[in-house]
Amino acid sequence: MKTRIYVTLKNGVLDPQGKAIHHALEGLGFDGVDDVRQGKLIELDHADALSDEDLDAMCRKLLANTVIENYRIERG
Amino acid sequence: MKSAVIVFPGSNCDRDLAVAFEAVTGRAPVMLWHAETSLPDGIDLIGVPGGFSYGDYLRSGAMAARSPVMRAVSEAAGRGVPVLGICNGFQVLTEAGLLPGALMRNAGLSFVCREVGLTVENSQSIFTNRYSAGEAVRFPVAHHDGNFVADAETLDRIEGEGRVAFRYTEQVNGSARDIAGIVNAGGNVLGMMPHPERVIETAHGRDDGRRLFEGLLEAVA
Repeated sequence: MKTRIYVTLKNGVLDPQGKAIHHALEGLGFDGVDDVRQGKLIELDHADALSDEDLDAMCRKLLANTVIENYRIERG
Repeated sequence: MKSAVIVFPGSNCDRDLAVAFEAVTGRAPVMLWHAETSLPDGIDLIGVPGGFSYGDYLRSGAMAARSPVMRAVSEAAGRGVPVLGICNGFQVLTEAGLLPGALMRNAGLSFVCREVGLTVENSQSIFTNRYSAGEAVRFPVAHHDGNFVADAETLDRIEGEGRVAFRYTEQVNGSARDIAGIVNAGGNVLGMMPHPERVIETAHGRDDGRRLFEGLLEAVA
């Protein structure tokens, strides 16, 4: 089974890389983009029996830094 | 005094920190590999050095913070053993939960490698007792992820409790409230992005960092 975990910066946390990407898009002539935020996608290939609780614990303990990041688990 | 320097795969300031510890204490520190599960008996001071532990994979300091040796470091910190984390060491200590906040990509996106001005904010800690409050010093920085971030409540708390050890006097990396170094609630863990160990003798261009190590020796001995 595959699960996708999306790690994104919390609202209010400044994202300098997102800003730079935004500027680069504008430089390429793509107008109309209001904001860009960069995050991470982590794919896990795992046994079907792996519990939701374990997946959540993985996010809290390692995959996301909850001081600055949110995570969303999309179970395959 | 018996000190230890933790070495992760990708650490690159471990020798600099060992030289600084030895210069001040007269005794070479124990170099402890990341896979160690315990500290030697009687360690009085632990250094977590700069570098790019585990290639900065996932987040700077994230993998190192979960390595076996860090469990032993956390236990020692809980017992009051002084822990000094510099640069990547600061990142590791925040990831390990020993210090609040997080270190994000520099606001200017560039790797910053130069000497910067700092103010010693609190001269009461075991790390800064040889400095005067408000004293201006200059230490080198060399980092890509030094942008200190915490929520407003946490920032107010650490400022209110006098836990900001050093503040930048110039724009360096976008850190919240120009914070360059903080201590934990117990006062025995310091994390800082600038490198005091690179300025401990006049041959280094200046020796502003030496008193940090001398003060620690005095506090621990």
